[in-house]
Formats: sequence, structure tokens, C-alpha cells
Amino acid sequence: MTMNRRGFIKAMGAAGAVSSLSLGGCSIAGFKPGGGHVVIIGGGAGGATCAKYLRHFDSSIKVTVVEPKTQFATCFMSNWVIGGIRDQNWITHGYADWSRKHGINVVHDTAVSIDPVAKVIKTKGGQSIKYDRCVVSPGVDFRYDTIEGYDEAVAETIPHAWHAGPQTALLRKQLEAMPDGGLFVLTAPPNPFRCPPGPYERASLVANYFKKHKPKSKVLILDAKDAFSKQGLFVAGWKEHYGYGTSNSMIEWRSKANDGMAQAIKAGSRTVVTQFGEVKADVLNVVPAQKAGSIAAIAGLTDASGWCPVDHLTWESKLHKGIHVIGDAAIQAPIPKSGYAANSEAKVCAAAIVALLNGNTPPTPSWVNTCYSLVTPTHGLSVAGVYNYVDGKVAEVKGAGGLTPMNGDYSTEAIYAESWYKNIIDDMFG
Amino acid sequence: MSKSKLAAMLAIASLVASPAVTAADAGGAIIAAQCNGCHGFEGASKGAAPALKGRPAPYLSQSMKDYKSGKTKGTIMNRIAKGYSDAELDNVAKYYSGLK
Repeated sequence: MTMNRRGFIKAMGAAGAVSSLSLGGCSIAGFKPGGGHVVIIGGGAGGATCAKYLRHFDSSIKVTVVEPKTQFATCFMSNWVIGGIRDQNWITHGYADWSRKHGINVVHDTAVSIDPVAKVIKTKGGQSIKYDRCVVSPGVDFRYDTIEGYDEAVAETIPHAWHAGPQTALLRKQLEAMPDGGLFVLTAPPNPFRCPPGPYERASLVANYFKKHKPKSKVLILDAKDAFSKQGLFVAGWKEHYGYGTSNSMIEWRSKANDGMAQAIKAGSRTVVTQFGEVKADVLNVVPAQKAGSIAAIAGLTDASGWCPVDHLTWESKLHKGIHVIGDAAIQAPIPKSGYAANSEAKVCAAAIVALLNGNTPPTPSWVNTCYSLVTPTHGLSVAGVYNYVDGKVAEVKGAGGLTPMNGDYSTEAIYAESWYKNIIDDMFG
Repeated sequence: MSKSKLAAMLAIASLVASPAVTAADAGGAIIAAQCNGCHGFEGASKGAAPALKGRPAPYLSQSMKDYKSGKTKGTIMNRIAKGYSDAELDNVAKYYSGLK
């Protein structure tokens, strides 16, 4: 313990000396010894974690978060609300206490532009905020051009529920109002998208609700893909709990090859049009193809793919210096677009920014992804990955990570799923 | 300044400061930040996942190595521990044991 402490102090002293040296020969534009202002756009999994860890790593840095919402509902675990096993409050978190506790300035406004040369963010409310480094963590937006007849206005009645909050509540309300014997249709998006196992967990938990309360009802997944995350484990779980594969199955999955891809929506009749047919739903949930949150494209941070290319050592944009992009919006493969990944990347980004603002070299990064899904409230599945930095980019550590084994300890995994949520929320918003 | 903050700063500082002395500690702090998602901020778990904060380093280190080798059958930890060298696991253990 004593040795540790001496080591820390020695390192602190050394860091101070290095900063002074850097200052002596300072040639870094915008370099401010012992501080700097980091402005973070988006207060979700990536943005909130980054803000908190920046302050934790170096309390001399001023941090501002620009986030329009005063309450944030997490997309992860919103399927638990849709399936009726938790209420909306459980996934909703405020900023006020967090902001006071960590000394983070939260501006409830929407960023409308980023000037990478002047280093100024403008907001819808007319504010101009100057930064030394900017972090963009906007999550995903939807490619409404990919399904004819589906847009933001239609989503008010036919939810995507892929941004949590009012959309989550709307879908839950529709499922509650649906008479027994009804058909719930979920259109699943093409890759890449936020939360790859999400549609299949949603189908599972809606089926779990139907099984208990509306046993003549069914779930149909119309998929834009021919394979999906945790597929073997989901299918085994569906067979065990929902009669999957039998004529009386509560869940049907139709792949792209089997005419599963939604091409158009007839909103008035809640009908999905595929290449060769139509399906009329009683409750319809359309999850469209996705792209980086809109501010990323407005600020010129996206490439032709619609996502943001970044340097994985620092998560700094490859298109604009001084702006970092983390979370779902970033090109991060082989790390999937998950809440845990955003949390993981936020810490690597925060450490890099602290180093850069102090004129130091960013530390060697390390990332983890863990992701839980429920087939029933007591049947959990997980996937994990450990990642390191190889040849200038993120790479999977071979031999590590992977899925819950088939016939694994599903009930313990379900217990850890809830624990995961409590702890990641503590790590982000605590 | 709290010890955790010092440790985190160390992670950044050591790479340019005195890597021979501190690189191991720095690596531990950087990797440990990644564990907090499941084990809570600074490893102070609020759920079923075990708390790591302030527990003895030899215990933490051996626990992680036993997950890695498969001697302890867990759920997700067997898959995660395999991602690190024994030295890295020692560094993570040392980091959490130093938190109060």
C-alpha cells in the first residue's frame, strides 16, 4: 500500500514535470496547462461515461455536456419495460445530482453545428460554446429512406422504440391494449445497428408477456438479415419456452431469404409489405436501418457508410482534428454497437484526452464488451469480448470472449443481467 | 485527491514519466476501468457481481487466474479472464486492492 502510494506520488510529480517541459516548448495549439474545456455532445452511455471519467481522471478539466433531455432513458433494458417486467422509471435517470456530484456542466439544448477550426459548438437555443476538445456521442439515427411509408411522423403511432423513452412507453401501451389472439410484428434492421441481439430479446420478452396474459397471441419477426446475434441460444430458448419450430409456436422468425425484409409500411392498416407479400399486424414495431446520430453528419464526421471513422487510440475523428466520436456512431468493429461498448470507448477516449490536454502520449487502450439478453425473466444469455490495440486499430483478443455455452447456467446469467444494469448505471450516472 | 484519482492519473502519466517503475500500475488502472461496467464504479458493486474495491490483491489475482484456467466455473468471467496475461491480472488486482 505504502509502495503504491509512493509510486502514485512519484508519477504525479513526474507528470507535472513533463507538463512543464511541454509548456516550455509548447507548440500544441489550444494547449492549456492544467485544464482545458471538453464539450461532450450527447449525455447517453458514451457521453455520460466520458464526462464522469474525464473529471475522475483530471479534475482540472472543465467538462460541459450538451444534451436536450433532462431525463435519460437507456435503450438497454428498455425491452424489459416493453415486456412488462420492469417499469419506465427503472430505466430513466436524471442529470441534476450527477452534475453536482462530479462538477459537470450540463446544458439542456441541442447542438446544431460544430466548427472544427474555431472550435465552437452552436446550439438550437442560440448558445456558442468554445471547446479545446469535443466529444460527439450522438447514438444512432434512422434511415427513414429505406422503408417506404415509414418516417418520423409515422413513428408517433407505429413506434421503432429504438430510442428509449416515450417510444418505449408507446409500444408497451399498444401491447397492453392488444386483444388476445393478436399478432405483434417486429421488423428487424440490417447490419450494422445498435444492440445486435436487441430485436430478438424484444421478441422473447413480448412472447413471455403473451404467454402469461394473452396466450393466443403471436410474435412475428420480419428480418432484413439471414442470421442474427446469439441466434443458436435464442432459438434453443424459444424452443424451450415458446414452442418454436412447432405449428403452435408463439414466435416465428422470417429471414431475408424467406421474404422477411420489410420494403414498405402501410401505416393506416399496420401492414408490412415485403417483396412477395404483405403482413397485417395488430401491433407493429418497425426498427429501421441505422446511421450515426444526425449531428455527426451535419458536422462532417461521417463517411459514405453513414458512420464515423476514428483513430482507435484516441477515438479522434479521422475527418476533423480535435473532435472525438464514441459509441454507436463510431466505426468500431469488431466491437459491436452496444451500451457497454460506448461505456468502454468513453473511458479510453477520456484517458486519451487527459493525456493530450497535458501534452502527453495517450496510454495503450484496452476495451471490453459485455451484453446480456433475456429469453424469459429467469433465462439469461450473454456475449463478451476483450479487445486490444493492434496495428493501429482495435482487435479482438483471440481465445477470449464468446457466448454463454449451450445448456449453460441461464438462470445465473439472468441474475447477472440485472446486476450488470445496476452497475453500468452506477458507472455512468452514479 | 483520492487515491483512485491518483491511480488514474498515473495511468496517463507513467507512459511519459517513468515507465520502468509505473507501467504495470498504469496498465492495471486502464484495464480496471473496463471492469467497472459490470462491477460498478471503482469496483464497488451495487448488484450480484462481486465488489472488488479494497479487497486483498492476492485474493483478487488468484480469483481471476482461476477463472482464466477454468478451475473456477463461473459464467461470463471465464470468457473475460482469458483476455489477459497473468501480469495484467496482477496489475488489475493491485489497482482494486489499493482503493479505499
